[in-house]
Amino acid sequence: MDLFKYTAHELHEKLVNKEITAVELVNSVYARIDEVEEQANAYISMSKEEALAQAEKVDAKIAAGEAIAPLAGIPVVFKDNINIAGQVTSCASKMLDGVSAIFDAHATENLRKEDAVFLGKANMAEFSIGNTTDNSFFGAAHNPWNLDCVTGGCATAAAVAAGEAIWALASDTSGDLRQPAAYAGCVGIKPTYGRVSRLGLAAYASSMDQIGAVTKDVTDAATVLNAICGKDDRDSTSWAVETPDFTQALVADVKGLRIGVPKEYFGENVDAKIKAEVEKAIEQYKELGAEIVEVSLPHTQYAVRTFYVIANGEAGANFARYDGVRYGYRNMEAQSASDMTARSRNEGFGEEVKLRLLFGTHVLSKGYYENYYVRAMKVRTLIRNDFEEAFKQCDVLLTPTTPVLAEAYNTEMDAFAKYELDFTTVTANLAGLPAITVPCGMVDGMPVGMQLIGKVLDEATILKAAYTFEQATDFHKAMAPLGGNK
Amino acid sequence: MKVTAQDVKYIAQLSRLIVPEADLEKSTEEFNQILNYADILQKIDTTGIEPTPYVLPISNALRKDVAKEGVTHEEALLNAPEVYNDGFKVPRVIE
Repeated sequence: MDLFKYTAHELHEKLVNKEITAVELVNSVYARIDEVEEQANAYISMSKEEALAQAEKVDAKIAAGEAIAPLAGIPVVFKDNINIAGQVTSCASKMLDGVSAIFDAHATENLRKEDAVFLGKANMAEFSIGNTTDNSFFGAAHNPWNLDCVTGGCATAAAVAAGEAIWALASDTSGDLRQPAAYAGCVGIKPTYGRVSRLGLAAYASSMDQIGAVTKDVTDAATVLNAICGKDDRDSTSWAVETPDFTQALVADVKGLRIGVPKEYFGENVDAKIKAEVEKAIEQYKELGAEIVEVSLPHTQYAVRTFYVIANGEAGANFARYDGVRYGYRNMEAQSASDMTARSRNEGFGEEVKLRLLFGTHVLSKGYYENYYVRAMKVRTLIRNDFEEAFKQCDVLLTPTTPVLAEAYNTEMDAFAKYELDFTTVTANLAGLPAITVPCGMVDGMPVGMQLIGKVLDEATILKAAYTFEQATDFHKAMAPLGGNK
Repeated sequence: MKVTAQDVKYIAQLSRLIVPEADLEKSTEEFNQILNYADILQKIDTTGIEPTPYVLPISNALRKDVAKEGVTHEEALLNAPEVYNDGFKVPRVIE
């Protein structure tokens, strides 16, 4: 039985009804990995032994008649910047190759309590910097819809779409969870900043990094949020708010829901074919009884630049920890401590990362701090204010998740044009808002995602709107063909 | 606001990175392209606008002053590139 094809909630039913065992399930997924991983390169490392032990524990509980958690026995892949104690967290960088995590991330602890089964770690852009995986120390990952194409900023969604995992735990700083999900035809949710503890997530841009889930449908997304959200004293930005039962939002009903459509997300910089698919989704929402409101978020055009200054500034400070002293890559020939640090960093980081760190250091340095970093933080306020104004007229915002389809690896693109591709997703990070992507169409054999952005802490409304659309359509059921030549 | 090759050398030193002399011209040009990209933000009127360093309405995250178990000595040294006796070994710091 090809168990890797099912969703987490379907598999939970099968486990509870004793149709399958957790060991059969994890073996089915690893068999699929054996079959397709050579083409996909979605994984950096695997932990089959630990996974089997976790699965056996779940089977024992079921055999003993104990109740199991919704994610118990369900195989999950982690983006390789989230700690699993005893396993390597490489961030796809030479700098951290072989560095073993000495503690679990808070989200990992929570998933252990659920008895989830940890498959291994997924490929990603080096330290999440960049919106494709070409700079991964472990080689680029390939999109299962067309192996010639990119997966986006990490390979978690590619792994899920290829059947190499049932769902994925990932992080989102600029859209690097939602964009790969859209490129692979998956659902991806980034909760409100502060909902999930960042403890054990390798820091990139601390004021925007947030852990979320990549799943096959909206029900699974809500189920994962239930497991991973909650206050953690060890992250000072973990928000002490109540975690509702997100599955309560899984109701197919958008009657009277006011959906805001921001015109800045439907301009000339968005592929006309993608716009057409998202516009069809808007029509569908109208038929389902939602009210469509045109809104404006005028500072959207500055969002990526604002992000670039803030994120690289934060990275410049965060990455000071990679000094070759306590862990990570070290140049062994240097004769002095300062030379050792400089040479280790120079050899351990990839070119794009180094360029960003130079820029990040510059914008925080004396004489430039006010003009760049503080100014960007002020523009960030303007971007937040745009959302606040828009949410006076609507309950959720609907946009394309990405302005283009997953591009072929050989596409020539100017570096700044590539940065700007993040404009549709990065605004939710700058404003700390929850956002979800759901598949809403196919163009040229590639999936198209639409994004729903909610008010702060209002994951329920975006889940409800996404669920309603999903129940009325079949896009989430499509299987990736693993076609193309790579 | 353009930078010179001299500035890039200084920034590299602050970042503990190395820009080789041979690449200095190219790196400076690349750096100025990025600054040019970011400089668009200078055109926006931000008069009277407060900066947003963090989006959360949290000011101080305090907890009770109770000792908790942290990382053990052995765990801390687990990934060390070089260990000497009971600590991290590094090359000479003072000449």
